[in-house]
Amino acid sequence: MKRELLILLVAFGLLLALAVSSLAVGAVPIPMSDVVDWMLNKQDSGLSVAQRTILWDLRLPRIFIACLVGGSLAAAGVGFQGLFRNVLADPYVIGASSGAALGATLVVVAGVKLSLGGLGASVIGPMLGSVAVVLVVFVVGSLGRHASALTLLLAGIAISSMTNAIVSLLMFLNDQKAIVILSWLMGSLAGSDWSVVRVASVAAPLGFLLLWGLARQMDAFLLGDSASQSLGLSLLQFRMLMIVGASLLTASAVGAAGIIGFVGLIAPQIARLLIGAKHCWLIPMSSCVGAIILVVGDAIARTVVAPAELPVGIVTAMLGCPFFLSLLLSSKTAGRM
Amino acid sequence: MPDLSTHQLHFSYTDRPVFEHVSMHLKPGEMLALLGANGAGKTTLLKTLARHLKPTSGEIFLDAKPLTKLSRRGLAQQLAMMPQHENRGASLSVYDVVSLGRTPHCGWLMPLNNNDRSIIDQALSSTGLTELQNRSVHEISGGEWRRMILARALAQDASVLLLDEPTSGLDLKYQHDCLERVRNLTHDRKLITVTTLHDLNQAAMFADRLALLANRELIAIGPPDQVLTTDLIRQAFSIEVAIMKHPMHGTPLVVPCSGAMSRTAKTQARST
Repeated sequence: MKRELLILLVAFGLLLALAVSSLAVGAVPIPMSDVVDWMLNKQDSGLSVAQRTILWDLRLPRIFIACLVGGSLAAAGVGFQGLFRNVLADPYVIGASSGAALGATLVVVAGVKLSLGGLGASVIGPMLGSVAVVLVVFVVGSLGRHASALTLLLAGIAISSMTNAIVSLLMFLNDQKAIVILSWLMGSLAGSDWSVVRVASVAAPLGFLLLWGLARQMDAFLLGDSASQSLGLSLLQFRMLMIVGASLLTASAVGAAGIIGFVGLIAPQIARLLIGAKHCWLIPMSSCVGAIILVVGDAIARTVVAPAELPVGIVTAMLGCPFFLSLLLSSKTAGRM
Repeated sequence: MPDLSTHQLHFSYTDRPVFEHVSMHLKPGEMLALLGANGAGKTTLLKTLARHLKPTSGEIFLDAKPLTKLSRRGLAQQLAMMPQHENRGASLSVYDVVSLGRTPHCGWLMPLNNNDRSIIDQALSSTGLTELQNRSVHEISGGEWRRMILARALAQDASVLLLDEPTSGLDLKYQHDCLERVRNLTHDRKLITVTTLHDLNQAAMFADRLALLANRELIAIGPPDQVLTTDLIRQAFSIEVAIMKHPMHGTPLVVPCSGAMSRTAKTQARST
């Protein structure tokens, strides 16, 4: 079997095992054997109705969302790192996070209560906000005659700062609501239910498949504008499809869980160190790594201070960092694309 | 096999043109060396030929068909460009990079078939890279990297090769190796090769025709002994040279008279 396929299968197996075991942990511990029974046959398990409700309505959708959000952010991270040929790029680099923050802030400040297809304004607002800002960045950054990935990046940074300034202004003017906005900005999986899963599990796989389909073009693009053009790549079309794919992923992630940092930046790096830079392997591998980070991070976030919980972004950054540093120091190819 | 020709090609980044009135015609099996001082527009002309840059006016024809009528992919099936610089930080293997040369033919989604693989293997072996194919790009030397890019261009199976200073950064052996390989391929496979070069003597030795860019125009195009004359070289490079005959190949041999020009030569060059 190919080495890459083996690594990917191992990672996927690990993700499944971790996802199942994290069903058992939380404020109300449920024995692992009961969880397995419940999964194999829903009726004949020794679980109480309350435990079943916890598993089905709280933990399962939450773990689903953790996988989706982690996988989406990681794949989007690979996308933006490829697009900018820079390992420092993350899913939020061209304004998705500031746009999402603006969307969320507007929803909170205006007190919008609308819901669409079972989704609350607190999910729709950030999604629309991130898509809108990324769209503006893309249009502005592609206007000039000599538009390149770099002009896109600079436009993204400029427009993000402005959007962030508007968010700060709104928080300043509405200081009694600032804490609500702040807690959203920290990112959390606590609000996950099946309606969120439904939307995210349509948008995210679409974005993922689009990026995966672009894998070979990303390999070529990595070699430079000139090289990829002479291999038949149409740069503008490539950039556009990349941004559509990566933004679908980012928007579904921020809609489902708010802004969770670190995963989209680090998961692609870890995956690259483990499986190499070829994108047809790197994209699924990154998603697996991202999902693992978030599933583990969330399991810890809801147990260490139970019955309260920590924002998952704090946990992933605090635990992921030492792990990543150890990989970084032991690898000779670290920091390369 | 198609012809490549340009008609009144004109390019400018700003108001000041980089080159204008560039017309030439190239036949299959011909290797043309593009010469000129630094900043004369050699690379820009090459990039325009590859359609990486859009000419301000004028037209490029591939087999009497305007280049602009071809899709990017259609163009890449017929024309391969070897850029001067490329991102070398990628941890892709040599094989991966060379196999990307097949994408204009097999598309971005389809896996490589056996035909593709045999063409890749052939490109690797004809550039002497078979043993290095599993190495990572950042682990190979400058010379090996140049050969890898050449192998990728060969895997592209294009009838037009555009090479931007293929010898820069190579030692003497690899410079000759590379140019000889390109010349033989050009003659054997009836390709059209356009390459920019800095070494006039190498250009004379390996290319069938030379083209000299100076003062924003193509001031000469023709066989080496017609282009490498003291007058034309003074015009293009502002340096006094003596032209001799290569003791072995009989091609022109350009010898600079001195590092710095004599005062009279300098004023002469200014007045012309």
